[in-house]
Amino acid sequence: MKLTLRVWRQRNAEEPGAMATYEVDGISADMSFLEMLDTLNEELTLAGDEPVAFDHDCREGICGACSLVINGDAHGPERTTTCQLHMRSFADGDTIDIEPWRASAFPVIKDLVVDRSSFDRIIQSGGYISAATGTAPDAHATPVPKPDADFAFEHAECIGCGACVAACPNGSAMLFTSAKVNHLNVLPQGAPERETRVLDMVAQMDDEGFGGCTLTGECATACPKGIPLPSIAAMNREWLRATRKVRR
Amino acid sequence: MPDYTQYRTGEPAVDTKAPAGPVADRWDTRRFQAKLVNPANRRKHTVIVVGTGLAGGAAGATLAEQGYHVVQFCFQDSPRRAHSVAAQGGINAAKNYRNDGDSIHRLFYDTVKGGDFRARESNVHRLAQISVEIIDQCVAQGVPFAREYGGLLDNRSFGGVQVSRTFYARGQTGQQLLLGAYQALSRQIAAGGVELHARTEMLDLIVVDGKARGIVARDLVTGKIDSYFADAVVLATGGYGNVFYLSTNAMNSNATAVWRAHRRGAYFANPCFTQIHPTCIPRTGDHQSKLTLMSESLRNDGRIWVPRAKGDDRPANQIPEDERDYYLERLYPAFGNLVPRDIASRAAKNVCDEGRGVGPGGQGVYLDFAEAIGRMGRKAVEAKYGNLFDMYQRITDEDPYTVPMRIYPAVHYTMGGLWVDYDLQTTIPGLFAIGEANFSDHGANRLGASALMQGLADGYFVLPATINDYLARNPHTGTVDAQHPAVAETVAETEDRINLLLSVDGDRTPDSFHREIGELMWEYCGMARTEDGLRTALARIPEIREEFWRRIKVPGTGEQFNQSLEKANRIVDYLELAELMCLDALHRAESCGGHFRAESQTPDGEAERRDEEFSYAAAWEFTATGAAPVLHKEDLVFEYVHPTQRSYA
Repeated sequence: MKLTLRVWRQRNAEEPGAMATYEVDGISADMSFLEMLDTLNEELTLAGDEPVAFDHDCREGICGACSLVINGDAHGPERTTTCQLHMRSFADGDTIDIEPWRASAFPVIKDLVVDRSSFDRIIQSGGYISAATGTAPDAHATPVPKPDADFAFEHAECIGCGACVAACPNGSAMLFTSAKVNHLNVLPQGAPERETRVLDMVAQMDDEGFGGCTLTGECATACPKGIPLPSIAAMNREWLRATRKVRR
Repeated sequence: MPDYTQYRTGEPAVDTKAPAGPVADRWDTRRFQAKLVNPANRRKHTVIVVGTGLAGGAAGATLAEQGYHVVQFCFQDSPRRAHSVAAQGGINAAKNYRNDGDSIHRLFYDTVKGGDFRARESNVHRLAQISVEIIDQCVAQGVPFAREYGGLLDNRSFGGVQVSRTFYARGQTGQQLLLGAYQALSRQIAAGGVELHARTEMLDLIVVDGKARGIVARDLVTGKIDSYFADAVVLATGGYGNVFYLSTNAMNSNATAVWRAHRRGAYFANPCFTQIHPTCIPRTGDHQSKLTLMSESLRNDGRIWVPRAKGDDRPANQIPEDERDYYLERLYPAFGNLVPRDIASRAAKNVCDEGRGVGPGGQGVYLDFAEAIGRMGRKAVEAKYGNLFDMYQRITDEDPYTVPMRIYPAVHYTMGGLWVDYDLQTTIPGLFAIGEANFSDHGANRLGASALMQGLADGYFVLPATINDYLARNPHTGTVDAQHPAVAETVAETEDRINLLLSVDGDRTPDSFHREIGELMWEYCGMARTEDGLRTALARIPEIREEFWRRIKVPGTGEQFNQSLEKANRIVDYLELAELMCLDALHRAESCGGHFRAESQTPDGEAERRDEEFSYAAAWEFTATGAAPVLHKEDLVFEYVHPTQRSYA
């Protein structure tokens, strides 16, 4: 198939960017979206132009590196990561807009590549259980009820891609933050740090410049791993509980 | 130039750190022998850790917990994206929670046998011992392993073994274990024990007075090349499977760190031991950029078959039961579909070579869940494998609940790597290699769910214990800084290489060269290798290398975010590593594990080991690009698991 691509090009964080238009031909329906971009980049390279920069790594939907807004949707029209989107979701002759994640807490590095280190700092502020190596009791010492273990897993599936932020009109990171809070807070191992975890992570999230949550729900719709919207409500309850319990 | 294949055999490689005595006591003995660093002195020591996967993330976190100052690097934008994240199936541990006859000794035995008797007994036994601690550690960190209704941990079985010892978190075990290590690392970053450099790629090793004292790395955002110094350097940079271009590795996984260390004096062991994983989604066309693995756990319930007749192109569901060949169940009745990976891969290749393969180009076999759905019900299958089925459907546009999956082997893991002693130290003092980057534990074939076990064993438990001994014996021997001649020279060489890549301005893209070397390796150094084929590849590789430096085109500059430059620089190293892999495969004129030499097979087509000649690890010493390396043999001694021809029949 033949496509028209309108791609965001930006040399670096300082210089302003703009959309550039390219034509690509000979695209097969079995190609992944990123393989289609590979094709464009091979052509650009041979023509002496700089290829379009984009983040990608595992190309199997789990590392969370790929991060494109396609026709206005984070990760494009299917509920999956960009790397797992295939060209069979598009038609011959389509015009496709490709942009980076847009959020003030995710500054553009180049073209479609953004800086998501704010997510790492949220985790550093409390998204862990303090269990130094060698200190652990036997794994069966504390049984975990299956519903709790399943709840933890469901939230632990977050890949940290940032689609939730990109999709949110407020640029909020509530779904990302709540996923980690809920994963750890439901487990008995996470209980000792339950209050400080949620308070510190929410404070860090605010410091990073992410917007507030107005429950539009775009985040959960865009999430390729299906982190559910009630995750945010659960975190709000954790936060409220913690503020009452902890004197800071 | 002298012939690359005219290598010389040097002094044997000797593991001076492995203690003697009963195998079960050796790890305790070594830990007691090892000198310790006083807690108050640890903060004066800096350790560089390159890589943030299971091995690197675990090592960085644990070293910082012990009080060392850790400087850590990853080329990804976040440590959470290291490719360990993609491991699906599970992690082995000799917990014997199923009471099914498992033990540390059995895990040890299975791993030595599974590796086709080309691994060190001491190392493997230590791995089996530590496996039980890993599960405890991960549960304490909040890793959400699968649990039963009673709240206890669930297990499943994996290829090459007859017990259920694999712990798992749906099909995302690697992700969950990695996030555990990443979170432990994050805690240490916040506490100031770890200084993290993300989007920064190691390009060379700094060796001063014979010891590893730092690295040269490029900031991938600004392009700035800098040197970083330490008292010891740990490489946790993964395997080199991407030399094949198409593999299940992440696109950016590469061999530069280990290859540059090799060029600086670290021996490279068993480079030809590569694992071809049997259950991957077949390629669809020339545009293919990578291959996707389907977890081996699928072989627990899926049945593998091809049509009995050649060229039978009827849809799978129209081929009656008696016209199907469930070839693994037929050839290996004791293990059936759960034979080790090397055997399953080769069997798939054989039936496809016979013309009985299915799908486009006949490069595929069926992995069929019809029987499992009938037995367990669709819901149970969905609960166990749902995410894998979804992934398959997304990639192939076929519904595996109604149409059998098509699978074909693909490059997945490299058992070879930097040669290390029992302390995981390379032949360069102060340089350690952990996880897939070293060669030590899997011999010629790795069993499923053992990579996660080894990465975490090395990172959480082995390296943090053994590195103390080196640091205690090597107190500060003088400061190294950017002005030191050895440092200035290494930085200058790196800058020259980058500038040369940018200045050629030829007419071929980095990917075109990567694809070419990859296809050559798959053809001649892939699932089956012959002397003729390997010699063909060895003649071709120097030609590709020469053409590369004449025709490579890298747009842009070095002082910016430049993904073409990153790729091209990694290909420089693949073009040398490929040559060593072929030479190693040529010299090892036996079949063992993942290394199948067509000249060395039993009458019924199984791999034939030749223990009298090849019961050793081949550790290669670099001399110069394109010049014959020096072979150092490390003899393997088997006191507990006696080599036999592996049988899974």
